[in-house]
Amino acid sequence: MPNPKRRHSKRRTSTRRAHDGLNIPQMAECPNCHQKIRAHRACPNCGKYKGREVIEVVEA
Amino acid sequence: MRHRKSGVKLKRNISARRALLRNLVTSAILEERITTTVPKAKAARPLVEKMITLAKQDTPHARREAGRFLLTPEAIEKLFEKIGPRFHQRNGGYTRIVKIGWRKGDGAETAKLELVGSELVKRAAERAKRREERLTALKTGEDNKEE
Repeated sequence: MPNPKRRHSKRRTSTRRAHDGLNIPQMAECPNCHQKIRAHRACPNCGKYKGREVIEVVEA
Repeated sequence: MRHRKSGVKLKRNISARRALLRNLVTSAILEERITTTVPKAKAARPLVEKMITLAKQDTPHARREAGRFLLTPEAIEKLFEKIGPRFHQRNGGYTRIVKIGWRKGDGAETAKLELVGSELVKRAAERAKRREERLTALKTGEDNKEE
């Protein structure tokens, strides 16, 4: 079985991973409750999309 | 090569895909609003629209055509008696897809596929009450056993 010939430095590992970061998604604002929401989706907070009620929100 | 082969596969073979889509379309007609994943909603949408277009001409032939796809007689009945007349003035665009977030179990993005003009039925409060009643019934049942 093939095996690594040489030790990998920590620097080499972290240099490779320099581009692995995740991005925070762009957020839109809900026109009804002004919470940050994902664009083009019903608001999980107030259940509205384009002024219409789309999903039910159970208040705890 | 998949040149000029449009459409979604939904990771199913042809019979499973056809069955799934028939089920989705039948449910959409009976329930007026269904929650499913975004790709499934997008795949079912044109088929629902085609059924409604069929329903606008109420002929025995159109009914049979619909019956070849829909799974239950109730769905055909509802399609032709209620939904066809309702969309008489509208040329296409009978349905709407609204993305509603991610499913808990597998993180799949879900959407509501609904017929335009069907209002949201509030069921959550009712459902919560029923669950409450069931829980109390369970508890009192256990209490009775202990006594």
